[in-house]
Amino acid sequence: MKKYDALIIGGGSAGLAAAAALKENGIDNIAVLEKDGEAGGILQQCIHNGFGLMTFGEQLSGPAYAERFIRKAAELGVEIKTNTMVTKLTADRKVEYVNSTEGAVTAEAGAVVLAVGCYERPRGAINITGDRCAGVYTAGQAQKYLNIDGYMVGKKVFILGSGDIGLIMARRMKLEGADVLGVAEIMPYSNGLPRNIKQCLEDFDIPLMLSHTVSKTFANKNGRLEKIEVVQVDENLNPIAGSEQYFDADTLLLSVGLIPENHLADEIGIVSDRATKGPVVDESYMTSAEGIFACGNGLHVHDLVDFVTIQAARAGKGAAEYLKNGAKSGRSVTVGAGSGIGYTVPSLVHPESVSEDVEFFFRVTKPLTDAVITLTSCGEVLRTIKKKKIVPSEMQRITVKKDVLAGLTDGLEISAEGVVTV
Amino acid sequence: MAETKDYDIVIIGAGITGTMLARELSAYKLRIALIDKENDIADGATMANSAIVHTGYDPEDGTLQARLNPEGARLYEKLCADIGCRYKTVGAYIVACGEEEERHLDVLADRAKRRGIEYKFMTGDEARENEPNLSGEVTRVLDFYTTAVIYPWEVAIACAEVAVKNGTELFLNSPCTGIDRTMGGYIVHTPNLDLKAGIVVNAAGVYGEEIAKMVSDDVHFRIRPRRGEYYVLDNDVDFVCHIIFPVPSKEKGKGVLAVPTVYGNTLIGPNSDYVDDPEDNGTSVDGLGYVRAHIGKVLKDVPLNRSIRTFAGLRPSSDAHDFVIEEQKGAEGFINASCIESPGLASSPAIAKYIIDELISKRRELVPNENAVMTRERPVVMSELTPEQRSEQIKRDPRYGNMICRCEQISEGEIVACIHSTCGARSVKGVKKRVRPGMGRCQGGFCEPRVLERLARELGADPTEIVLDEQGSNILDSVNRK
Repeated sequence: MKKYDALIIGGGSAGLAAAAALKENGIDNIAVLEKDGEAGGILQQCIHNGFGLMTFGEQLSGPAYAERFIRKAAELGVEIKTNTMVTKLTADRKVEYVNSTEGAVTAEAGAVVLAVGCYERPRGAINITGDRCAGVYTAGQAQKYLNIDGYMVGKKVFILGSGDIGLIMARRMKLEGADVLGVAEIMPYSNGLPRNIKQCLEDFDIPLMLSHTVSKTFANKNGRLEKIEVVQVDENLNPIAGSEQYFDADTLLLSVGLIPENHLADEIGIVSDRATKGPVVDESYMTSAEGIFACGNGLHVHDLVDFVTIQAARAGKGAAEYLKNGAKSGRSVTVGAGSGIGYTVPSLVHPESVSEDVEFFFRVTKPLTDAVITLTSCGEVLRTIKKKKIVPSEMQRITVKKDVLAGLTDGLEISAEGVVTV
Repeated sequence: MAETKDYDIVIIGAGITGTMLARELSAYKLRIALIDKENDIADGATMANSAIVHTGYDPEDGTLQARLNPEGARLYEKLCADIGCRYKTVGAYIVACGEEEERHLDVLADRAKRRGIEYKFMTGDEARENEPNLSGEVTRVLDFYTTAVIYPWEVAIACAEVAVKNGTELFLNSPCTGIDRTMGGYIVHTPNLDLKAGIVVNAAGVYGEEIAKMVSDDVHFRIRPRRGEYYVLDNDVDFVCHIIFPVPSKEKGKGVLAVPTVYGNTLIGPNSDYVDDPEDNGTSVDGLGYVRAHIGKVLKDVPLNRSIRTFAGLRPSSDAHDFVIEEQKGAEGFINASCIESPGLASSPAIAKYIIDELISKRRELVPNENAVMTRERPVVMSELTPEQRSEQIKRDPRYGNMICRCEQISEGEIVACIHSTCGARSVKGVKKRVRPGMGRCQGGFCEPRVLERLARELGADPTEIVLDEQGSNILDSVNRK
């Protein structure tokens, strides 16, 4: 059986950063397994700019951001197997993969880093009734058709969901000559980054219909979309009778949420977080399965690739430390999401073996103004942070000092209060 | 003027009834044409149903259904083995809540006994040991443990493939626009071809009445399409391992079920709503609401939040409340195989034999075709192979190592093979029906562009010409830039 010190599943932004960190921390016998024909992951179809402000202090396109990490991986001598799909992972870190040159292979790894990315919530997971016709795409799918393959999927476009890909695609299709009729968002606030609302919708006069959703699709006689029904929803997100409007759209793009691709982890019973739908990890980004680490959008869905890079590098470093020193010792305590907070990552920390300051990432559940973020342990307030405005679409972070963590007798909790603004 | 071709038998409709019949008939020296208005085999009721091989306890005594359902069900397992289709025995629990429903179980058990169908009774508690999500209201369960599930369209496509290899001519995108009587037979008109034959079989599903009326007005059944809507749950949800039925009723049919499918998904549905338009197979707020409200009667904690798809299908229901399989009055050689609603799928092997033995063979002599091959090899399915077998297959053809669908682990080799097979895929949905990319939790989000690219390449078409399903359902609008 082939043996590796570490195998990284997925060669997108997370996998590349994790691989680089492993190399930089002295772990040489590693490989990245990438299902696509090239590394870079979803960044390759994100040709708009805005990537890397934090990491490089400049605005790069997705492919340009990916290119820097692909080059770095090459310089460090990281082996990347492309067109290689992992078909199975076992708890004792045997990785089965398939490609055209090696066939079906089982390899043994000292550590595994899951950097598997996420998928877009499909139509069937939300309540759109009507005809199952051509002309309905996830936003990312339409993005691939346009930016990678060079095809427009339609001319009269409506978008459901104001997630970032939906917003980006609204602008992109408009620039390519499509008539973008509107963006409906079921929530009373947008789930996209504020800068994307401004630059992708407002600057192009594309209406954003908050508290609205697409309720029904109508196909023409050939089975292509020709019309959609849009309804307003009440505070419980139920359709308001009589609010129906109709749009002659030949294209409906869905940007209704991203879900970590958690299947490999799930199959071996790795504990997952109900809120993120990805694995639960500790401060080294190790999952509940020893030696198996997770990062990137397969861990939780990110707003900025810069955060993916930061966390994946920690996961890579965590895997390297695990290979040298074994698993973190001692008890673990939870870092929980208190009121106003959707989730925290990491959500476990080991007070007795924590080796450095830890940065915790979290999201608020509702938009807040004049917000106060509070860090508590055993009812004692350790820290408060004031923020003028925070929104669920923007990931927040807080760094906790090593000595604070080392002194924890019980878990930590992060909570947020403020004026709920929609 | 359309070209005219001569056949012995023309079958209208390439659903489970038409394809099963075409395969059986292809064992004889006959010139057979199988026509369908759609762009693929099995695009109507066969595509959207509960996918169950009912054992045959349900039909009322004295009906044709009561005769053909048990017989058809008994033929299925061997048939599926012969033509390389999945057949998975999962068992069916008919669950009763309270004394009145329990009495109905006795009626079903009595029918089953007389029809030679195996069953056993369980208490609610015994059943809950095997099915922990069964509602606490369930007091008694009738277990039809030989009940199986299949992929209905897989069976139909496989039957068509056997028939076509034995010489049957298949014409898709060929709606029957009219039927004229001639000396000793009929001319079936389609836009591009007129088909002349002594025997015509009407297996047109929800269009059965319309087709029958093209021959004469003496049609004594009325078809009223009945829509059934379903949720499909992700295949990593382990919700039920048996089919769970509420006690059936005459008014509501078999009720809202939970069905563990061949590939591990769970179907939840259907409702039952009459519709006027035979094309009205979209889902509805009320229909899906009905499913949600009723499944909770027999099962608890139904994880509908793990739904990956909803769909609707139309049953060719009729006022006959039974299959209508007979020669139309005053129309010699025109055979209706109509009103084939549930348990039509389970009955279909027996329906085919019935049509041949009781109707066609009385009209003409059937001479066995000694060259006919009635079996079909199952195509290579990578996810069903051991790692060693996979490596062997990849060595033979490296495209089997290039995985296209990550949810269901389907390779380029499998996709290319299904495009080039007999009755091969011509659409994205055609590929999905044959080898399943797009059936998984991402619903084609990742693989659809890759499938489309392969379809275009293998068919020698431009990507903008590739359709989702029927002609005109193009996925791409235009070239942007290369």
